[in-house]
Amino acid sequence: MFGQLLASLTDGLLLGFVYGLAAMGLSLIWGVMTVINLAHGPVIAMGMFGSYFLFIQAGVNPYLALLPVASLGLVAGFLIYGTAVHWVIDAPHLSSLLATFAVNMIIIGLGTAAFTTSPHNIDYPLGALRAGDWFSVSYTRLIAAVAAVAITAGLYLFLYFTRPGKAIRAVANNRMAAELMGIPSAYILALSFGIGTMLAALAGGLIATFFPFTILSGGPYELKSFVICVLGGLGNPLGALVGGLLLGGLEGIIPTIMPVSWVPVVEFGLFVLVLLVRPTGLFGAK
Amino acid sequence: MTLLECNGITKRFGGLQALSEVTFTITAGEILGLIGPNGAGKTTLFNVVNGVFPPTQGQVIFRGEDITGLPPYEVARRGIARAYQVVRPLNDLTVTENVMVGACFGRETLSLSGAASVAGEVLALVGLEHRADQLAGSLNVAQKKRLEMARALAAKPYLILLDEVLAGLNPTEIDAMLETIRSICRQGATILMIEHVMQAVMSVSDRLIVLDYGVLIAEGTPAEVVNNQQVIEAYLGDPKMTERLMAG
Amino acid sequence: MRAWLRPGVWIPVAIVLIWGLAVLVLGQDTYRETTFTLLMFVGMASSLNILLGYTGYVSFGHIVFFGLGGYMGFYLISQQGWPLYVAALAGGALSGVLAGLLGSAVLRLRGAYFALATIGINEAARAFVSNFGPFGGATGLNLTFATYNAYGGATQALWITFICLWVVTLAVLIASLAVRHSRFGLGLMAIREDEDAAMVMGVKAPQAKTLTFMISAFFPGVIGTLYFFKNGNVEPGDAFQLHMSIEALVMVMLGGQGTVLGPILGAVTYQGLRGYLLTSPIFKSLHLAVSGLFLLLIVLFVPAGAVGWLRARLPKWRKVLE
Repeated sequence: MFGQLLASLTDGLLLGFVYGLAAMGLSLIWGVMTVINLAHGPVIAMGMFGSYFLFIQAGVNPYLALLPVASLGLVAGFLIYGTAVHWVIDAPHLSSLLATFAVNMIIIGLGTAAFTTSPHNIDYPLGALRAGDWFSVSYTRLIAAVAAVAITAGLYLFLYFTRPGKAIRAVANNRMAAELMGIPSAYILALSFGIGTMLAALAGGLIATFFPFTILSGGPYELKSFVICVLGGLGNPLGALVGGLLLGGLEGIIPTIMPVSWVPVVEFGLFVLVLLVRPTGLFGAK
Repeated sequence: MTLLECNGITKRFGGLQALSEVTFTITAGEILGLIGPNGAGKTTLFNVVNGVFPPTQGQVIFRGEDITGLPPYEVARRGIARAYQVVRPLNDLTVTENVMVGACFGRETLSLSGAASVAGEVLALVGLEHRADQLAGSLNVAQKKRLEMARALAAKPYLILLDEVLAGLNPTEIDAMLETIRSICRQGATILMIEHVMQAVMSVSDRLIVLDYGVLIAEGTPAEVVNNQQVIEAYLGDPKMTERLMAG
Repeated sequence: MRAWLRPGVWIPVAIVLIWGLAVLVLGQDTYRETTFTLLMFVGMASSLNILLGYTGYVSFGHIVFFGLGGYMGFYLISQQGWPLYVAALAGGALSGVLAGLLGSAVLRLRGAYFALATIGINEAARAFVSNFGPFGGATGLNLTFATYNAYGGATQALWITFICLWVVTLAVLIASLAVRHSRFGLGLMAIREDEDAAMVMGVKAPQAKTLTFMISAFFPGVIGTLYFFKNGNVEPGDAFQLHMSIEALVMVMLGGQGTVLGPILGAVTYQGLRGYLLTSPIFKSLHLAVSGLFLLLIVLFVPAGAVGWLRARLPKWRKVLE
């Protein structure tokens, strides 16, 4: 029983790292430009498909495939920003919500036409790390968790030690002041959006290594990302990682004490509760 | 009769002491000017009186009732109206509709048709009757300031809080606005006004109170206040210039 | 009141009234079915507009009232044997009460936070209902065919449901008009433009918003019951589709938020577009993408919607295009 709980919890936490990575992009975009990217889910799905095609069609190792998937995510972000988000960035929130949702519909629509809704799978079993016969953790999940942490570290290095990164933080802090100091805010916003979608695509690529997926799989992760962002504080990438762990941990523990179908109720109940009690998140926004 | 009493109003924002033990009264029918350097806490005082946030300590007593900490809409119902420094018109509504909101939800809770006639009267008073059907967002700054006043008046308040309504107006517009303020007062309203345009506030106020760093440093007639040493140091700067101001 | 004589007031009502009468007179099943779907969209869009258009609060979870109210109503019909009319009203009442309880908490949030909270509520409701025994859990509830006999058989029941929906849609429009031309509505629009300034002017914002939320939630509850009764079954997956919330939003935006005619126009146009795309050979698989593109274009170029755009261009027509 304890072994089951431990195994479940570990699985959940490892998954939580990846959830955190998925949510981080959303959190970054919100923090920099106060836009909630409702196209987040489809981008995650795009990452999944990107990995899949590189692996299946070109035989590329799924982990190496992350590099082109990341670039794909970055470019997709630039495109989405340029065609939709840029024009509504100062408009009332409803406009950016609907604009990004429109992009969501377009991507899903095109994706469904191209790939149908049947499930796809990257079969890349790496075996598992075992300790005794009650503790077993699949390597794919372990690697995914490590990758998520590595990417987070990379993001932090970028934001705090590179010029573009600092420019992003400046724009997030006060866009008008940043412009007055000569920072080309439109490019920075596009870059931030691109990084946000890149993180989402990377998360998708990692998830594809251990779960089957369809074009619609991004949806649940998008919803989880909302919950995580609110838990960790919208605009706070590290908070997103912790929020992800929290959610993953919850998903690991809850099925051992109540039927697994109650997990979404707890998740979204918690979501609404945190929004009401501490909208800036458990760790504070920005 | 004492209309408004502020007793020991203190307001802290985290570590910042915005107001300290501010105590004063306003008599019905007078025009009380509130002056002080930038950042002295004048708008914060308005926010406390008007219910935007409660004071950390102290009481606000209006017409004998303790209204400390009541939400803004309760304060409005009791007869305190406010015209903002940075105007806040309801952009997608017409000028008339803007004023009607003030009329419908102010001291007299009127019906739509009642509010419409009050709006008509008030717009004539501030000189905006020709723009009644224009969208509020399309007015220029001076007109928006008049709209702000009209909205406050339409609520038929006992006390009007005017926050720098003369800012950004040219001398002719200032004179016109001052005349409007005087006529409002003649019709029975009491006015508490924050102003920086010294000549104007000196000429129109019955009394003045002066805030500096959240503390009330002087109270009295314009002549008294202007000769107060503390006030001069804090705010007016040069005694000779003050004389010139009083003369001009 | 003079306002009630303005053309803009009775045009939307007249349109729905005449349309419904035409369908009844013609007596054709196909017209009835198409109009049923249309009226549903109009009802959902108009009720959403009461919240969105007048207070400016964007709910992405409008469908939750359709789902929960519908479930309650369906439960009362199928498990407790209540008549349709009473059950539908009960479903609406449940939604209204829920909106009242949730609203006082959730409406304290502004802008995007409020939108997110509504998404969360919808998802929580769906997950909850999937686990809730009396509502049939994940498999939902079913009606025995015999239930329709109480209404004179299946076909008759379909016509009765249609008439009920028609009446409900008229009710939403009238409610929307009543709000718009009332003192209450003026307060709401002040909240939409500047909530803090409105409060300073005396508008009791928290109470006003909650009441509006309740009104906008009641109608979807009734409509949901009618819809599920007609279908004969209800499942969590059908009842809480986030997609339908978004579609309602699109219809309101397309037609023009804050107007009464807008949601009608938006619903008709959207439904027409959707119907065309689904049957056209080229666009069949792309209908979602095309709808998305359409939405994007509206948001970028005509955010005030069709009616809003017309009102801006033709000020003289303002009294007609309400």
